[in-house]
Amino acid sequence: MDWHQFVGLHNRREFLRGVAGGFGLFALFDLLARDGLAAPGAGVNPLAPKAPHFAPKAKHVIYMFMEGGPSQYELFDPKPALERYDGESLPEELTRDLKLAFIKPTAKVMASRYKFRKYGQSGMELSELLPHLGSVADEITLIRSMHTDAFNHHPGQLLLFTGSIQFGRPTLGAWVMYGLGSESENLPGFVVLPSGKGTSGGTTNFSSGFLPSHYQGTILRAQGDPILYLSNPEGVSRDNQKLTLELVNDLNRLRQAETGDMEIASRIASYELAFRMQMEAPDLVDFSDESPETLEMYGFNSDNKHRREYARNCLLARRMVERGVRFVLMMDASWDDHTELNKKLPGRVHDIDQPTAALIKDLKQRGLLDETLVIWGGEFGRTPMVEIRNPRDASNAGRDHHPGAYSMWMAGGGIRGGYVHGETDELCLKVVKDPVHVHDLNATILHCLGFDHTRLTYRHMGRDFRLTDVHGNVIEALLA
Amino acid sequence: MRSAKPHPPHRLGLLAGLLALAAAAPAQVDFPRDIEPVLHQRCYMCHGASVQMNGLRLDRKKEALEGGLAGPVIVPGNSAASRLVERIVSTKPGHRMPPSGAPLTPEQIAAIRAWIDAGAEWPETAVRATPSEEQRRMHWSFQPVRRPQVPPVKNPAWPRNAIDRFILARLEAEGVSPSPEADPVTLLRRLYLDLIGLPPAPEEVDAFLADQRPNAWRERVERLLRSPHYGERQALGWLDAARYADSDGYERDPQRPWAWRWRDWVIRALNEDMPFDRFTIEQLAGDLLPGATIEQRVATGFLRNGVKNREAGVHNDEKRFEEVVDRVNTVSTVWLGLTAGCAQCHNHKYDPISQKEYYQLYAVFNGAVERDVPAPLAGQIGPYQRALPAYRAERERILRDNGIPELFAAWKQKMLEAMEKPGVRTDWDFQLTEWRAAKDRSDWKLRSPESELTEYEREEVLEWFLANPGPDATEEQKQRVQAARKALQELKAKLPPLARAYTMIEQGEPVITRIALRGDWRSPGLEVRPGTPEVLPPLRLNGKPARLAFAEWLVSAENPLTARVQVNRIWQEFFGRGLVRTVDDFGTQGEKPSHPELLDWLAAEFVESGWSRKHIIRLIVDSATYRQASRWRPELAERDPDNRWLARQNRIRLPAELIRDQALAASGLLYPKIGGESVRPPQPEGVGELMYAQKPWVADEGPERYRRGLYIFFQRTAPYPMLINFDAPARLVAAVERRRSNTPLQALNLLNDQAFFEAAQALAARVAEEARNPEERLERIFRLCLGRKPTAFEAERIREFLEKQRALVARDAATQAKLAPFVPEGEERLELAAWTGLARALMNLDEFVTRE
Repeated sequence: MDWHQFVGLHNRREFLRGVAGGFGLFALFDLLARDGLAAPGAGVNPLAPKAPHFAPKAKHVIYMFMEGGPSQYELFDPKPALERYDGESLPEELTRDLKLAFIKPTAKVMASRYKFRKYGQSGMELSELLPHLGSVADEITLIRSMHTDAFNHHPGQLLLFTGSIQFGRPTLGAWVMYGLGSESENLPGFVVLPSGKGTSGGTTNFSSGFLPSHYQGTILRAQGDPILYLSNPEGVSRDNQKLTLELVNDLNRLRQAETGDMEIASRIASYELAFRMQMEAPDLVDFSDESPETLEMYGFNSDNKHRREYARNCLLARRMVERGVRFVLMMDASWDDHTELNKKLPGRVHDIDQPTAALIKDLKQRGLLDETLVIWGGEFGRTPMVEIRNPRDASNAGRDHHPGAYSMWMAGGGIRGGYVHGETDELCLKVVKDPVHVHDLNATILHCLGFDHTRLTYRHMGRDFRLTDVHGNVIEALLA
Repeated sequence: MRSAKPHPPHRLGLLAGLLALAAAAPAQVDFPRDIEPVLHQRCYMCHGASVQMNGLRLDRKKEALEGGLAGPVIVPGNSAASRLVERIVSTKPGHRMPPSGAPLTPEQIAAIRAWIDAGAEWPETAVRATPSEEQRRMHWSFQPVRRPQVPPVKNPAWPRNAIDRFILARLEAEGVSPSPEADPVTLLRRLYLDLIGLPPAPEEVDAFLADQRPNAWRERVERLLRSPHYGERQALGWLDAARYADSDGYERDPQRPWAWRWRDWVIRALNEDMPFDRFTIEQLAGDLLPGATIEQRVATGFLRNGVKNREAGVHNDEKRFEEVVDRVNTVSTVWLGLTAGCAQCHNHKYDPISQKEYYQLYAVFNGAVERDVPAPLAGQIGPYQRALPAYRAERERILRDNGIPELFAAWKQKMLEAMEKPGVRTDWDFQLTEWRAAKDRSDWKLRSPESELTEYEREEVLEWFLANPGPDATEEQKQRVQAARKALQELKAKLPPLARAYTMIEQGEPVITRIALRGDWRSPGLEVRPGTPEVLPPLRLNGKPARLAFAEWLVSAENPLTARVQVNRIWQEFFGRGLVRTVDDFGTQGEKPSHPELLDWLAAEFVESGWSRKHIIRLIVDSATYRQASRWRPELAERDPDNRWLARQNRIRLPAELIRDQALAASGLLYPKIGGESVRPPQPEGVGELMYAQKPWVADEGPERYRRGLYIFFQRTAPYPMLINFDAPARLVAAVERRRSNTPLQALNLLNDQAFFEAAQALAARVAEEARNPEERLERIFRLCLGRKPTAFEAERIREFLEKQRALVARDAATQAKLAPFVPEGEERLELAAWTGLARALMNLDEFVTRE
């Protein structure tokens, strides 16, 4: 290609940008390929929106992951029988199969201190600690019959998000990106919003595993740059950055003309997207266009740091869904109440209850709830027995890990409202009706997004892998 | 799998079909055609040759008709009374067979019913020697390596060595000519990046261009092969394969302060061109060699690099099981190019590793236990030994003065009581659980008399006590413990350093290995002994420990896989892709080699050269194939879109670590020290907070922050962001291939990361010092970044850019100061500020991060 040709292409490119917006460059590749000037398939945007297997109910996911395992006894699954056994050890036949992290099977039962109330038209029974969630009870499906296989945090989180306790598999968010692509031209398609402390799973909860790294989650940070390295170095103005990018892209185009390598076109596109991100992301985190009522509804004006963080993340989740972000993973830590459960849990629940319900209401009033799947829960539940690390301090009591039976809830995109699914035995040791394994949950999530979970596969090391491994059934009863 | 019968069109029809089938079945149901494939696909996994769940085996007539531990499951002539049928039609989860996947189809069930009702006719010859068993045995990669003839070519002028004849023969067969040789500047930069991972200095380029001697190229090759940076560059791939990291990987992700000791071993071994057979044996079984040296023990750190779960409450047997599984899977991927992992739970669907064979490999590693040992570096022992007596005496005094021995004894007593009688004191239970999770061989260390522990182990227990004196300690006692702890820490800090290493040793008593049914460590099955898959040569122990015998087996002359897999990975480093593109899969599902003869020729050459990596690299970089231009060839776009014929070189985006190295080298900031502890360059606040333990990342000051990328501390749950942005693997499992993506996060990283900005500022200052007038400077900065000079058009475009940069900040002294903190004497800050902008742009070019 000589210089004359190059300038011609360059102009054509500008033209295409005009008509096709941000993805004009990818259209250019097609043209170039048709003209025999580019390798076919090269430069194809790996994140271009894709159609799933069948018409989806949900287009976006907001996953509120409560790291550590929130207690179902205090929040979701009323167990009056606990009071009967309160302070006693359980008979051995009940505890024989339990996998316990810290306590011994002979540990004494601890009753919940909190009352349950009926909420909404559906009369869903929820804890008095969750009045705001109660106000949207008719929008949610509460699953009381969740169960999983792992009883330690990191393996439990890997199983929940990747379908395997082994490292290296892609996470749910990455699978969704791989299957659906991104609808946002200015923001990453899979965004992670941490609050509280760090999680056991860390980056492995949003890694792309063996899928290409385009599909991994990007952390939207609460401090410093919202996206790592988003702002220019000190002294570099927006104009300077623009000049620099123009030079970089021009020299890259020359190199492309010289080498014919379409990967360079893809790099140019990534620089253009980066620049748009630099423009867009600050708007995303600038809440000045939100009404005071909205901020109030989410609970922004709290003097509690955790609550403010959580409220901010809930509002960001909505703003991202509005901007086409596909998958929002909120990670709140930690709900691992081994100690001081009654001291710490109510406050933490209070922190998240109002913002969570506000998000549901806000999505609904903006007509976004139907196309947004909301999921709330942890990697496992907690034991009916008490864990006491300090016998001389009664308020020290907590609960150990319990994978055998616990609760999660879902709402929006394709999910029934005002419905309680499954039952556990009188102590919530085991599921007795309609069990939902984490594989079933994932199969159902993919179903809402339009995928047959057995067909969303990726070939790696000679095998077609999928999120649900060789397991999982769509739980039809959860669907609207 | 498709039944020969037409499918009834609708439900009623299906029912009618079933009835008809049951009545008229004998003539229609054919065991080999209709039944055996179903059993094969859905039942043999658990009821077949290697696993017989519940004692039931369905792949042989006699056993199938006898039934399992609970009696017969097939009653010939009576499907209704056959429990096989009862289970396959069941709708109860957990009862229905097969337990995973979809239920059998109505057609399959109908056929099985009809077959049983007709008398369960089972021809003796019916069961295939599994359809593909023969095919698998004949699979190309399991055949012995034989050195092929070097093929004749029509154009004898092009080939520089045998590699080229293999490549050219294929090109000639396709009627394609190779590409011309790349220009010398590109060639030299390619060679530097591939061999040592650092760019050639402009002076080195000039010298090469001026060197007209016929051996000019070879001399550069030899010089780079001898460079100590060679081992650093070559280690990258091996660190990925070995899943090397500086932390455990789970939950709190505890750090491994001595992991680098093994990394140093690797760099040195590669620099010395340690033969790959020795490289293998020392890393997998160095401790078992007669008179094993410290370095040979350090080598076994390979097996210690896996993730480790120290979450409290993890069952020790489970933890151990996962760790051995990780070792088997890693070794299998890295040496054999086989994915053994599937066989952990079931017979491998595609590859010739049965579940039994998997646990035979497991047995090879099952006898090894972890042991941390002193591994002093040169010059460390003397000062350490000399300081030791005084250290010990002072230590005793501190302990005595604070009354620690009594408190420690009482603490130990409580811990032992919690061990004997759990559930009595829950607070002490917790203490014990934490201790167990944190330490290896934890119970043993508490139970054994002090005299049986090493000095290091005794200190380990005591230090734990000092940090966790337990719930019974009074305030006064806690204060004494705290005082002693602080004094001991200060004392220890003054002790001259003595490096340690994480190694493996063989545990004394023989360990029994059983198949874990369904891959579940709680379901032990048949006992197995160390062995290798049947399609590969047998493992002969000859009285040696299994692990040593296995390591020798891997690099034995008969092993068809190891040499092929290794040369393929070396090839990948120099061409971007392997001759077998599925570098991690040489099994039946992997891709076939593009040039099978060349692969075998290289494998034979590798072994016969004494497993010399440098020999193979010499051959590759000397070949005309390697030296071709990488320019894309439109005329081959359709015929060879992925460049498998190698009618040109490939452009390769550099690995993450090398991108950092380029910026450091070009700017002159690089601190080229080889080896040693991992380093922590500055990273944005908040990155470390993402991890559970929220360990602060205390950035190194001074030159350490300018070390090469491979030395960056790898914290598994919160890795250094730049590494992950540029596709470095997460180092959780073995990775033998790096992806090369283009993402906006990479753009932001290169544009705005302080590390790169600082490099740009330093580069601008460097150029100002090293060249006087603007034209020379432009050439200098271009050559420092890209090796070549700018074209006239590029230079014009850059001058325009510099002009605009100057205009932008001309009247803004504060901004100038931020852009150009370093101003060499006699230079204008404005000028430096503009050049910082240019340096930044050049470091963001595709060409800068690409090996052309």
